[in-house]
Amino acid sequence: MGRVKYFFPVIGFFALALLLWRGLYLDPKELPSMLIDKPIPAFELNTVDGEPVTNTDLPGQVFLLNVWGSYCLPCLVEHPTFMRLSEEGEIPVVGVNYKDETNLAQGWLETNGNPFAFSIEDGNGRFGIDLGVYGAPETYLVDANGVIRYRHVSVLDETVWAEEFLPAIAELRAESAQ
Amino acid sequence: MNIQAVRSKAPGLMRLFGVICMLFGLLGAGALSAQVDTFEFETTEQQQRFRKLSDELRCPMCQNTNLTGSSGGVAEDLRREIHRMIMDGMTDQEIEQFMFERYGDFIFYRPRLRQETLLLWFGPLAFLAIGGFVAFSISRRARKIDEDEKALDSAQQEKLQDLLNSKG
Repeated sequence: MGRVKYFFPVIGFFALALLLWRGLYLDPKELPSMLIDKPIPAFELNTVDGEPVTNTDLPGQVFLLNVWGSYCLPCLVEHPTFMRLSEEGEIPVVGVNYKDETNLAQGWLETNGNPFAFSIEDGNGRFGIDLGVYGAPETYLVDANGVIRYRHVSVLDETVWAEEFLPAIAELRAESAQ
Repeated sequence: MNIQAVRSKAPGLMRLFGVICMLFGLLGAGALSAQVDTFEFETTEQQQRFRKLSDELRCPMCQNTNLTGSSGGVAEDLRREIHRMIMDGMTDQEIEQFMFERYGDFIFYRPRLRQETLLLWFGPLAFLAIGGFVAFSISRRARKIDEDEKALDSAQQEKLQDLLNSKG
């Protein structure tokens, strides 16, 4: 002790400054998902094309679940990334058409292209509530057993893809190869 | 226009502004109760529970309003779900658990006391304790210095006595 205690205010100041500095770069819109490491909630719905669809129709491999809507402008921003992913066959993408109207959703897919294996139609947002969705776009990374492993809120562009999804997907694929 | 003229005009403008604010406030209040009242209940107790729950749960999308005050899509859906669950006879605890499983601590304006929320609950108290301790030790030290200065050592006492004696 002795001399050391005169440094306490300085140490305290820097600790607080560091904490607040970090706080500046946290995104308050990015809420932690409660569904990480939990299976996709059970659903019995139709696709946007009117086909009945349940959990058993989901791909039996690592895939993306993308929440979108024809009214959602950021969805258009991330759309080219999903188009590329589906054209290059990098990973299957399943859509959740969240709180949309069927004809608008179909029109949107026709105009902009359809990167989805299929889109689950969640007209009243009930499936979205089970997923803990609070607005499109959101993207979930799901493993081969249908368990949610990662969630990204807002636009998934090429940067997010390369920095967040590629490493996570590599890990999941290595895991399921074992 | 001189300054005097501007000053004399200002109260009138302020009053007009006040009236406009009040009108908008009334409109807002009307819209608010309309949002709640679109649901039908069998008892007033159910309605009160609905109101209390949607007042105490936070809208996940528009983050600084509760479900009652939010017009966001997800808030609307959650209000509908609360209504459904109340009509299905679920308790408040069950409804809160439903929300927690999907949206986490964030959904509560008054988060549950859990390991993850300890800092949130007791952080301010801890800071208050630290502040109190610092303030206390500073004031104690100040008082001690004060007393030390007041007390005279024996040489000073003698001198004081001399001075008093010589005058007397």
